[in-house]
Amino acid sequence: MSSEAKIRNYILENYLFTDDESALDSADSFLDKGILDSTGILEVIYFLEDEFEIKVEDTEMVPENLDSVNNIVSFIERKRQ
Amino acid sequence: MHALADRYENEIINFDRDKEVDRICETMRNIMRSKLRRRGVVVAVSGGIDSSVSATLAVKAFGANKAFFIQLPEVDSAEDTQSRGSQLIEHLGVDHTTHNIAATLEAIGCYDARDEAIIKTFPEYTDGWKNKIVIKGGLNGQVNHFMLVVQDPQGQMHEKRLDLREYLQIVAATNYKQRIRKSIEYYHADRLNYAVIGTPNRLEYDQGFFVKNGDGSADLKPIAHLYKTQVYALAKHLGLPESICNAIPTTDTYSLPQGQDEFYFALPYQEMDKALWAHNIGASASDLAIMLNIAEEQAKFVFQDIDNKRKTTHYLHAKPYLIDSIPELGL
Repeated sequence: MSSEAKIRNYILENYLFTDDESALDSADSFLDKGILDSTGILEVIYFLEDEFEIKVEDTEMVPENLDSVNNIVSFIERKRQ
Repeated sequence: MHALADRYENEIINFDRDKEVDRICETMRNIMRSKLRRRGVVVAVSGGIDSSVSATLAVKAFGANKAFFIQLPEVDSAEDTQSRGSQLIEHLGVDHTTHNIAATLEAIGCYDARDEAIIKTFPEYTDGWKNKIVIKGGLNGQVNHFMLVVQDPQGQMHEKRLDLREYLQIVAATNYKQRIRKSIEYYHADRLNYAVIGTPNRLEYDQGFFVKNGDGSADLKPIAHLYKTQVYALAKHLGLPESICNAIPTTDTYSLPQGQDEFYFALPYQEMDKALWAHNIGASASDLAIMLNIAEEQAKFVFQDIDNKRKTTHYLHAKPYLIDSIPELGL
C-alpha cells in the first residue's frame, strides 16, 4: 500500500468513520475543515512515527508538514531522503 | 499611545468597578431567583485570584450566611495557596470546611496512573521527584505539544517531549483532582440546597482551560465574562487581602510550580488578555504585534492558537448531543 493510501485510510477510519474515499480530498486541510483538532494532529504524529519509523522533530510539527494528506506524503518523502 | 492600546485601556482597564460589581451581584440574585431556585451558594476556595473574587462577589450578592466555602487540598497543593484560601475565609467570615482529597485520589489510582506514565518517559522517576507539564509550539506556529519536566531530589531539572499516550494519561489522571473536587462541592450543595459557583475568568472559559465535569461544572459562573486583568482589578477594588491580589496564577495541580502560560496559554495572562480582546474586536495581527511588541508573524500565530483552542475545546462547553430534539424540554 502506498504512503498516501495508508494515511488516507488512517484518517478515514479513525476520524471520519467511513470507507467512502470521496469523504476526504488529499488536499483538504485537516484543521480548516475541522477533520482534526490539535490533539488529533498529535495522534497523527504518533501514527506516522510508528507506521513509517520516523522521528518528527519539534521544529517539524508545523501545519505545512502535517495539515493534509498531501503535506504528510511530501513530508515523509523528505524525511526518507 | 497606539490606538488599540488606548482602546484597551479605556474599555478593559478603566471599567467602572462599582457598577460592574453591582451588575454582577444583581444578575446573580436574578438567576438564583428565576432559574436555580437555591437558597445559597457553595464555592471551592483555592486561594487563587478567580475563586477569591467569585467567592467575594457571592457573599456580596447573597450574604455571608448564605455561602459555604470548601478547601480541597491534596498532596500536590502548594502551602501558600492553602493559606491564602484560609485568609480569604477569615476575611469574609463564611462557614466552611476543609476536605483533603489525597486519600480519595490515592484510592482511585490518580497518583499511580500519573506516575506510571511519567516513568515511561523518565524510568528513574520515583518518590521525592517532582513533575509538571509544559506546552510548546503555539507562539512559533507549531502544533501545540507537551514537554514533561521533572526535578530530581538534588534539584536538577530534566525535560523531554511527551509521547501522546503518556501525555493523555497524565492529564486524564490529574483530571481526577478537579472531578473529585466537584463531587464534594455538589455533595455540600445538595445537602444545603445551594447552587455551585464556577470560577473561570474569560480567558479560561473562552479557551477551554477547564476539565469537563470537573472545574468546568457549575450552576453559575459570575466572572466568566471578565478578562483576568479585570479580575485582578476587582480583587483590589473589593479589598481582598494583599497576598491574594499579588499572587502569581498557577495551576496548583502538579508538584512543581506551573504557570498557566506554561501549561496552556501561548503568552502570560496580561498579554493573552490583550490578544483575546484584540481578536474579539477584529483587530489585525499587525496591530496586536505593535500592542504586544512582538513580530507580526508571532501575533498571527497567537490569533491562530486562540482559534485552534476554541475548536479543540468546543466539546467541553457542549451539552451531550441528542439524536432528536426534545421540544417539550426546550432541548
